[in-house]
Amino acid sequence: MENFKTDFEKTLKNNNLSEKEIAFKNFNAKEFSSHGFPNRKDEDWKFSDINQIIKKEIGELNFYTEQLKKGEINKDILLNEIEHNKLIFINGQLVQIDFNSEDKGKIEFLDNQNNIDEQLADNSLINLNNALSNKSYKLLVKKNYQLKKPLIIYHTTKSELTSQNINSKINFELEENSSLKLVDLVKDKGNKNFINIFYNFSLEKNSILKNYKIDQFENDNIRYMFNNIKQSSNSVSETFYLSKGSTFSKNEIFCDLKGEHSSAFVNGIFSLNKSKHHEIKAKINHLVENTKSYQLVKSVLENKSRSVYQGKIYVDSKAQKTDGYQLSKAILVDETTEFNAKPELEIYADDVKCSHGSASGSLDENSIFYLMSRGLSYKEARELLINGFLVEVINQITDEPIKKLIKNLYGLKNEY
Amino acid sequence: MREKELEKLKDYKYGFSTDIENFKAPKGLNEDVIKFISNIKKEPKWLLEWRLKAYNRVKVLKEPDWQKPKYPKIDYQDLYYYSAPKSFKEKPKSLDELDPKLIETYNKLGIPLNEQKRLNGIAVDAVFDSVSVATTFKDTLTEKGIIFCSISEAIQKHPDLVKKYLGSVIPITDHYFATLNSAVFTDGSFVYIPPGVRCPMELSTYFRINASDTGQFERTLIIADKGSYVSYLEGCTAPMRDENQLHAANVELIALDDAEIKYSTVQNWYPGDKDGKGGIYNFVTKRGLCKGKNSKISWTQVETGSAITWKYPSCILQGDNSVGEFYSIAITNNHQKADTGTKMIHLGKNTKSKIISKGISAGFSDMTYRGLVDISPKSSNSSNYTQCDSLLMGNKCGAHTIPYIKNKNANSNIAHEATTSKISDEQLHYCQQRGLNSEEAVSLIVNGFCKEVLQQLPMEFAVEAQKLVGISLEGSVG
Repeated sequence: MENFKTDFEKTLKNNNLSEKEIAFKNFNAKEFSSHGFPNRKDEDWKFSDINQIIKKEIGELNFYTEQLKKGEINKDILLNEIEHNKLIFINGQLVQIDFNSEDKGKIEFLDNQNNIDEQLADNSLINLNNALSNKSYKLLVKKNYQLKKPLIIYHTTKSELTSQNINSKINFELEENSSLKLVDLVKDKGNKNFINIFYNFSLEKNSILKNYKIDQFENDNIRYMFNNIKQSSNSVSETFYLSKGSTFSKNEIFCDLKGEHSSAFVNGIFSLNKSKHHEIKAKINHLVENTKSYQLVKSVLENKSRSVYQGKIYVDSKAQKTDGYQLSKAILVDETTEFNAKPELEIYADDVKCSHGSASGSLDENSIFYLMSRGLSYKEARELLINGFLVEVINQITDEPIKKLIKNLYGLKNEY
Repeated sequence: MREKELEKLKDYKYGFSTDIENFKAPKGLNEDVIKFISNIKKEPKWLLEWRLKAYNRVKVLKEPDWQKPKYPKIDYQDLYYYSAPKSFKEKPKSLDELDPKLIETYNKLGIPLNEQKRLNGIAVDAVFDSVSVATTFKDTLTEKGIIFCSISEAIQKHPDLVKKYLGSVIPITDHYFATLNSAVFTDGSFVYIPPGVRCPMELSTYFRINASDTGQFERTLIIADKGSYVSYLEGCTAPMRDENQLHAANVELIALDDAEIKYSTVQNWYPGDKDGKGGIYNFVTKRGLCKGKNSKISWTQVETGSAITWKYPSCILQGDNSVGEFYSIAITNNHQKADTGTKMIHLGKNTKSKIISKGISAGFSDMTYRGLVDISPKSSNSSNYTQCDSLLMGNKCGAHTIPYIKNKNANSNIAHEATTSKISDEQLHYCQQRGLNSEEAVSLIVNGFCKEVLQQLPMEFAVEAQKLVGISLEGSVG
């Protein structure tokens, strides 16, 4: 924590901040230094002790990020398959904003939008983010506007820059009848950074948010992403995780269904090998009547890897007619892997339909035998079964071009 | 006054208390009290040392606080740790010498201690406050070599068995309440089934808390030797009092090769009144060890009583091919709270476990299923199936499911299912159309909901449990 204090002061000096913001940052810094990184004693981190993981993978963490001097963007990282809007982050610093294909009057992208009142209790990583994220951005989508193209946020790092802890924060506000397709693409060959990303979403009436988080490419970073979603009536949120590339990753989603007929969908794939350890934790709060949530998470685990799924459906006593569903499935391909799940229901209303299921086990030998007897090799049969298992989740994606993109990135043929 | 009391008894028919002179240890928890208990029971030195070791650990341990139902702090110094009917200073040799008041109490509870009066062959060990008062059918059992007696008697007569197995499943290094029990346990049942013997009758213990300000800490130890079988029943009641009373028992089961133990509980402690005043805190540690190959332990529980139930009967599946089962119905009404479930820890190869849990909450109550299924890397070809269903009645109550699932073995399968719902209007309508009133209809539907678990109970208990289910939910509809 010595590092943190000096690095925090250094960061404060480098930014021009208002007094209010300094107070906000100071408060969060204090909270973080008193709690430190979460560890296994915290119920939410029982299966993934991030304190230990950081110690093991990185050692003593530096919190100071060098300021980027006019950076060049490596064109290689950009996706050419689909036309899109871009936000490019290098080491947590925004270097390019491109909304060229959109109506200028209908969206706004703003700097320094710290939401000072908002507090999420008991999460020291968010405190850390609030204290150190050097700017807090806000994307506002105005009433009745649907973005024509998806927005891709590139999360990249440059190895020339010294930094170990990278924090970034964006607030999204979707006004009535608006919609946004958002892709988070992790693309870095970073050298052991701890990356902490915090998104706030506010969804007004009838708005639609689709968020696809793609962590496909091999990298040795430790990653924590938090989505905090507040939904008004009739709004829909869809969140998809492809959790594959990083050494450690924890994706957390905290969703309040505050308006009637709002719904939330969370889908995720873990495809892990090489001692990777990934987690998805979802908490959906049904606070009013007639809301719906659906969660589907599937894992394929190889070679000492481990996946964790913690899902919780909370139903308030006012939230009658709730429809909540959770399903987590895992295939443990070899002996060295581990799957942990904690699918929770906390229900205070009686007229609800809530269920969860969880199943884990090995690949079905009978199915492999069936396919091999029809001429496939063992390897082909295995691949076919695993892909078939995972593609069910990808098929939940409601946006066709992005579904295609993700299948391509993952290496699935189109016939799936 | 009398009428008022009768009115009260309508809700909980076991709520009477027996006016009997008691012999108590001084209030409080300290070394002297432990020595007092050990002394009065004429225990060997090793056991006293064992108790003191446990007590030294209790002093440094912290009471756990992660459970869902919170309760006011218990003042452990304000409890009596030993209470016995005065007539027990010298233990009566036979039933004829037993205080008539005691016999009357048990008759009221429907547990005749008189052997001739028993209709069906169930051997009973009755525990009144801190001591075991009578064990029936001793002769029939002794013939087969079965040992069924109070644990104090077993300590005197079979010290080797007790020494070997006591604390082998729940050691004194366990959690707070289990360790506290190890330090101050007073009595309980002891069962030993010799190799190859199938116990010819159901064995049963009946627990009764009578004195006020007492905590009941009994310890049950059941050992099924190779190839044996035993079915064991446990029932509990307590008088109605405004205070909360603590019940922290330990139950240890050990099944050796090819042995099977079936443990059934119908727990009907006083649940407190309509406003949640009084009632028992039932913080019990129950754990079974499938030590041998092909062994099997099966827990069945019907939980309708207690102000707070907090227990997780568990199975440690150590032997290869061993089987663990857990069937549970938990019903909470008014202000009752329950946090219950099971742990299945798979260590041996080809082990199987099954969990069926049914929770029903009504009124202002709160019910939590909390369970752990852990398949270790060495436990290949193991499987678990879990189903936990909850039924809610009204929107002032809560039902929660918190399963922990850990699969560390690629050849093993875990399947988990849970649902939460209410009794549908269609179901109610259908029953009412056919002439049932709404309470009968609910009772019928709930019994159907619980059927899978009720079927697991021995016949006599199943009937009692079925009635209990209906009574517990009285007044929760409409």
